[in-house]
Amino acid sequence: MSAILPPPQRIWWKQPVDKVEILWIVIAFVWCMIMFFMMPYWHLYGKQNLSSETYKVRPELFAQATQAMVDKYTVRTETDLKVPVVAPPAGSDVYLIARLWDWWPILELEAGKTYRLNLSSMDYQHGFSLQPENINIQVLPGYQHVVNVTPNRTGTYHIVCNEFCGIGHHKMASRLYVK
Amino acid sequence: MATAAQFRICPRTGLQFHKSAETLIKVNAVAAVVALLVGGVLALLITLTRWQAVHLIDADNFYLFLTAHGLDMLVVWIIFFEVAVLYFCSSTLLRCRLATPRLAWLAWILMVVGTVVFNTTIFMGDATVMMTSYVPMPAVPGFYLGLILFAVGALVACFIFLGTLVVAKAEKTYEGSIPLVTFGALTACIIAIFTIASGAIILIPTFGWSIGYIKHIDPAMYRVIWWAFGHSSQQINVSAHVAVWYAIAAIVFGAKPMSERISRTAFFLYICFLQLASAHHILADPGVGTEWKVFNTSYAMYLAVLASMIHGLTVPGAIEVAQREKGYTKGLFEWLRKAPWGNPVFSGMFMSLIGFGFLGGISGVMMGTEQLNMIIHNTIYVPGHFHATVVLGTTLAFMAMTYFLLPTLFQREIINPGLAKLQPYIFALGMGLFTLAFMGAGTLGVPRRHWDITFAGAAMPYEFPGTALLMLAIGGIGGIIAVVGGALYIWLTVGTILFGKRLDAGAYTTTISPLRMPVQAALAGHGHGGGFAAPGTFVFALVFLAAFVLYYFVNWKYLSTVWGLS
Repeated sequence: MSAILPPPQRIWWKQPVDKVEILWIVIAFVWCMIMFFMMPYWHLYGKQNLSSETYKVRPELFAQATQAMVDKYTVRTETDLKVPVVAPPAGSDVYLIARLWDWWPILELEAGKTYRLNLSSMDYQHGFSLQPENINIQVLPGYQHVVNVTPNRTGTYHIVCNEFCGIGHHKMASRLYVK
Repeated sequence: MATAAQFRICPRTGLQFHKSAETLIKVNAVAAVVALLVGGVLALLITLTRWQAVHLIDADNFYLFLTAHGLDMLVVWIIFFEVAVLYFCSSTLLRCRLATPRLAWLAWILMVVGTVVFNTTIFMGDATVMMTSYVPMPAVPGFYLGLILFAVGALVACFIFLGTLVVAKAEKTYEGSIPLVTFGALTACIIAIFTIASGAIILIPTFGWSIGYIKHIDPAMYRVIWWAFGHSSQQINVSAHVAVWYAIAAIVFGAKPMSERISRTAFFLYICFLQLASAHHILADPGVGTEWKVFNTSYAMYLAVLASMIHGLTVPGAIEVAQREKGYTKGLFEWLRKAPWGNPVFSGMFMSLIGFGFLGGISGVMMGTEQLNMIIHNTIYVPGHFHATVVLGTTLAFMAMTYFLLPTLFQREIINPGLAKLQPYIFALGMGLFTLAFMGAGTLGVPRRHWDITFAGAAMPYEFPGTALLMLAIGGIGGIIAVVGGALYIWLTVGTILFGKRLDAGAYTTTISPLRMPVQAALAGHGHGGGFAAPGTFVFALVFLAAFVLYYFVNWKYLSTVWGLS
């Protein structure tokens, strides 16, 4: 019963180590280094890296910017709630509001074009979850997160909320179109 | 000493119990099991709700129960049991009196009161904010206050553990260095102190905010500091259950650590490299830079992962060496085939090791990789992962340890040993199924903490693929099996304590019988310095590595197919 007793040799740190342990530590360490280098490597050569461009923002100012985009680029409205569908030009700033309990407005983007997607919350924390791509980004109130997105396939996408935000959380879902 | 401390020596194991410490270990373990009972009932209701075809309870209660389940399991059950482990690893293993037993009672009372207070606010419906209680979603002040009281109690218990180490040293109840298992408990204790300090730094101002004393808590700052508490507390569990693995290997097999130096260094790596691991939880957040994320999620070397990979080899390696010395030397795996699979102490521990490594460990590294996190963050993959670490890993290890403690500490013969033999298998099977299914559903994008993924009543619902619903159904079945396993555990422990046959306790005396090293042991080395002492374990480790590498690059491949993000 020796792991529950003091080491039998006083100078235990000088005991030789078995080859099997040394070999495993070397292999495991090399693997750990590979895992680390994958992250900077992907920043250099990979195409999916989350932007860290962030601004502090007051919710009402973010809402104003969103409204300005909606006023300018709305192409139609959808559902009984007349949610505007907005088709802003490629390369521009597009805004998406997260609030209790919807995403506003609906965006219509073009495949192969890059957009500056601005995310922020009006109230609690929310989770931007684009399905079926399964891209997930945290959305915080007071922070404007600018993510450059390049849709690669056309179709109808869905945005669901994956951060618990109260009793309407499971109804907070919207669409996003890629033409 | 004014009042002479009383000790008894367990006639079956030779362990020496200090009377006050013994009672305190018992009450902490009992409190833990009560929390497990409450959390387990909630687990059943929650898992039967996420199984979309059953969808048992309504939305209000679902979110309420989920909040309570998280806290009662992850905080109350585990930390009460860990306090018991800390007292056992100090007072019992070092054969000394427990420092300040009265303060230890105070710690226990604070933790119980804290638990009652925050549970009351949750069940009154005033604190449905999930375990993470992200601001600015508000809970009533009592919720934060209860958590703070609990944390203060746990902190006092940590210092009692440290005090007991000092007592043992001063009263010379052992020679040389503290045992490896106590060293592991010390690691858990040091991480716990850091963890609780982080919790205080964020929960005390949040309490101030909830009573209107503080105007604003920044949500990004809250997340960074809260996770220094939330994630580090999981490292307490890892250190504690790895210590329990070593203890069980020693108890069941008489296994010596393959190398004290390597195992202790690996524990030390936990202390150095786990602390700021909160970064894992901020990878999909705005407000922190890319370099910060990449560096802090790995410290450039993943040394904490390395430490776990080392323990993953040295624990079974020590068992293999001990078994080979007993003559089980045929082939690579005779030592494992001939292991006592019918002894729940061993079977529970070994499945904890496999489940923690293969399911919990590998998935944890995926989530902790900066870019891969984007395809996992806040999906149900996350609960899949941490049920593998904290339930299959920690809880199952603690269950295994309980089967050793029942006769030793509670001096009762286990009622229904046949059932006890089966219990770890039922629990591990259910939990294994549950975690795999949840990870599968998460890969398909199913969100966590979500009452209804069919979005009934939503203006623009999303229809998840049928496979996702199937995965949730499998998760539900796994969950039910695990709950049955958990219920058996509670029945076996409570039943044994109440109705088990009394065993010979050994008399209490005031004399301490300190640990003196037999001369022979002190002279003899471990005797496997040069060879390749555990070839079977090494093959096992390579299989693990192959699974790890393969799964890692499968995830990168999947990431490379999603939208461009920059």
